Amino acid sequence: MIRDTTIGAKLWATAVWAVVGFFIINLFAMIGTVVVSSFGTRWLGTWLPAGWTTRWYSSAWSEFQLGDVLIVSFQVVGLVVLISGLLGVTAAYALARRDFPGKKLVMLLFLLPLLIPPITFGIPLATVLYQTGLAGTFWGVVAANLVPTVPFVILVMIPFIEQIDPKIEAAARVFGANTFKLFLHVLLPLLLPGILASLLLVLVRTIAMFELTFLVAGPTSQTLVVALYYAVFAAGVRAVQSIDAMAVIYMVTTLIWLLVALRFVNPAQIVTRAKQQPAH
Amino acid sequence: MHSTSQASHHDHGPSLRQRLAARGLDAVTLLVLPAALFLVLLFIYPFAFGLVLSFEPKAGGSWLANYSRFFADPFLYETIAKTLWLSIPTTLLNLFLAVPIAFRVRLMRNQRILTAILILPITLGTVLVAEGLLNYLGPQGWLNRTLVTFGLASQPLKLLHNYWGVFISLLLTGFPFTFLLTLSYVTGIDPALEQAAATLGAGARQRFRHVYLPLLMPGFAITFCLSFVQAFSVFPSAVLLGAPAGPTRVISIAAYQAAFEEYDYSMASAIAMIMGFVQLAIVVAILASRGLFYRGPASGAKG
Repeated sequence: MIRDTTIGAKLWATAVWAVVGFFIINLFAMIGTVVVSSFGTRWLGTWLPAGWTTRWYSSAWSEFQLGDVLIVSFQVVGLVVLISGLLGVTAAYALARRDFPGKKLVMLLFLLPLLIPPITFGIPLATVLYQTGLAGTFWGVVAANLVPTVPFVILVMIPFIEQIDPKIEAAARVFGANTFKLFLHVLLPLLLPGILASLLLVLVRTIAMFELTFLVAGPTSQTLVVALYYAVFAAGVRAVQSIDAMAVIYMVTTLIWLLVALRFVNPAQIVTRAKQQPAH
Repeated sequence: MHSTSQASHHDHGPSLRQRLAARGLDAVTLLVLPAALFLVLLFIYPFAFGLVLSFEPKAGGSWLANYSRFFADPFLYETIAKTLWLSIPTTLLNLFLAVPIAFRVRLMRNQRILTAILILPITLGTVLVAEGLLNYLGPQGWLNRTLVTFGLASQPLKLLHNYWGVFISLLLTGFPFTFLLTLSYVTGIDPALEQAAATLGAGARQRFRHVYLPLLMPGFAITFCLSFVQAFSVFPSAVLLGAPAGPTRVISIAAYQAAFEEYDYSMASAIAMIMGFVQLAIVVAILASRGLFYRGPASGAKG
């Protein structure tokens, strides 16, 4: 590595770190305001609230029916993770192992839902789902959330499967393994780290997926992030601290899974999904 | 009967199954079908459906009625300019900040903590960032309090329910995304190239200008496109932090209102198509200009 030791270079480095520091301070202060406010009794015109309490959590829990919302959220997220795993891993296996005519087109089909922002394809998707009567239901929310997650699993898994030597599978075949045994005893153990990583990322992304759920959810199929949006949107109806308490509950559910995910994946993977996969 | 058909197979060479397998079509290839069918059904079909629906106006009239209404009504067509006015400056600023920082972070040994911190606003999502900023940027929030205490502002700045609220939220959620993409491109370039330039006497500025910049330009173009498309579809923060009836009435708000307040799905589809078209136009323009830059290996010249 080349290290410059001139004064100009040092000033430049300091300026760069100052920008990073400024960004991180503001980020943590923003999160901190929400947490502090959710534990404060009354907070007007001072640095910190007048007193501390936890009652906003119980009032948020009952006011926003957070019990129901959390159950729906976990069901949606669980099903999305499961189905996108099933559809994604099988498709990724086919794409990693075979070259067939029209493969580029299929890859494009899997790339587009990741490149086009959810709100752009969400509105036509919601229109179709409303016409078929799926919108507003639990399964409509699951189906809408699967649109970006299935391609995501595919694109993360393809390089993972490609690095497994096909000779291992051939050897298992020689020793008489059928397709099911081959999958269970050979492929699954080898692919498990990749599957785990991609599904954890799907989990984190689905908890925070606002647009698609917002466009297709009905009153009984709201996830936590949509309920939070409606609460903030109708601010003034409820106490600010109550909404903040809900926001903290949302943050905690997201961050737990983020911490779990970070043990298994490189954080940059959450973002650089489109770039990771090689062009076929 | 059966035996004759088998015999004729032998006469005509390999069976259909073998011929398909030779082209890569066999049982394994079929595994791609469930996922592909799912996406055709829930991604391609809705798009096609929306496109057709946008030409069938709810109120009747000519097939272009939705589009002519969009471009005749300033309340609608101005949303394009308003969205661009938010998304292009924030994307450019994010990219200009991300590049020097990525060059600095590239030298760090432990990047994991920094990237983990930066991943926070992305995982928390725009709704939570908007909710946090509502407190933080408010007239009594910590930011304004700090500014006034240190005498940097004589009175609290008005940062909410206007352009700047949305601008700041786009920086906060957009910067980590842009930065991590940029970092992955910057670290993908072989340091040997820079060392060679330094050996030949190039200063830091020259190395950046003549070695890195040409190699990174295509990556920056893609980063800009992806970040821009995200920023262009801003929705929750434009509603919660901005002035959704005024300067931050972005195009996604117009589409949402058409669909869920006027129940005019035809108009909403038309707006969604226009939104997609503008994104596509900018992305194509950027990627087309990529041809002007260097394209080639970004690693050492041994391979």
